[in-house]
Amino acid sequence: MERVVFDEERCKGCELCTAVCPQKIVHMSDRFNSKGYRVATVTDQEMCTSCTLCARTCPDVVISVYR
Amino acid sequence: MKQLFGPPRALQERPTHYCPGCTHGIIHRLIAEVIDELGVQEKTIGIAPVGCSVFAYDYFNVDMQQAAHGRAPAVATGIKRVLPDRVVFAYQGDGDLASIGAAEIIHAASRGEKITVIFVNNTLYGMTGGQMAPTTLLTQKTTTSPLGRKEGQHGFPLKITEMLALAAGAAYVARVSVHNPTHIARTRKSILEAFKTQIAGRGFSIVEVLSTCPTNWGLSPLESLKWLEENMIPFYPLGVLKAPGGEGMK
Repeated sequence: MERVVFDEERCKGCELCTAVCPQKIVHMSDRFNSKGYRVATVTDQEMCTSCTLCARTCPDVVISVYR
Repeated sequence: MKQLFGPPRALQERPTHYCPGCTHGIIHRLIAEVIDELGVQEKTIGIAPVGCSVFAYDYFNVDMQQAAHGRAPAVATGIKRVLPDRVVFAYQGDGDLASIGAAEIIHAASRGEKITVIFVNNTLYGMTGGQMAPTTLLTQKTTTSPLGRKEGQHGFPLKITEMLALAAGAAYVARVSVHNPTHIARTRKSILEAFKTQIAGRGFSIVEVLSTCPTNWGLSPLESLKWLEENMIPFYPLGVLKAPGGEGMK
């Protein structure tokens, strides 16, 4: 199961989450949501330490974190 | 697997209208997390201001009332006095609180109203297109100070939180920022302290949160956080200015 789950429809592509990840695994995807924003994502889920920094920095409550 | 972090209950599911990277969303979430932590969702009443955050009444999953421009502390006073067992908070921007609402905030603090004010300072009027506010920094360019704010023409920026710390009725006064995860955690702690101050009946509490406006600053969201750190914090120093029990002015 994924450790970091993005509610992509809520994402506004602000990129704040990409700057705070200590593992540097949050990046912008090639996908766009229905509002036209390029959404953030984590492909390397195994690298995630579930530190929640990305979720705590997101202004739009896009990210849920599991462990 | 166990969920470590998810949306707080005190926030509605509805997406916000805020611009990408606007830190209003972080501050909304922190307030909702504090309401959840204290278990006061059923008895919290929020006051929405005029400004970008006017639609806060659509975003918090608590009872909300919207106030005329700058009058949120007056409306909060009325609600708290009629319903003293409720937790009442006002959410205001700097154009709302420091300019048209300056009288209301100063007298609410002076009277020691048992309310909590979250004061979001992004140095300009966001909703109306980035005009100069009392909090605009010297040399900062806005749509109404296109050559930069000059003290001789526009006056100096106003440190209203320092003024409120002098009010005898103010019990908890702090300035925090949300430009990185460490400071986001401190902001959450400050908002929690402010709510606890109110619940303990100690008096007026206010938390000023330094915030960004990528759209009107003409910067990307990440550049805006850097601009906040480099330009706003030197003029608006962070810290707890006053707290119950005598800490403060540090």
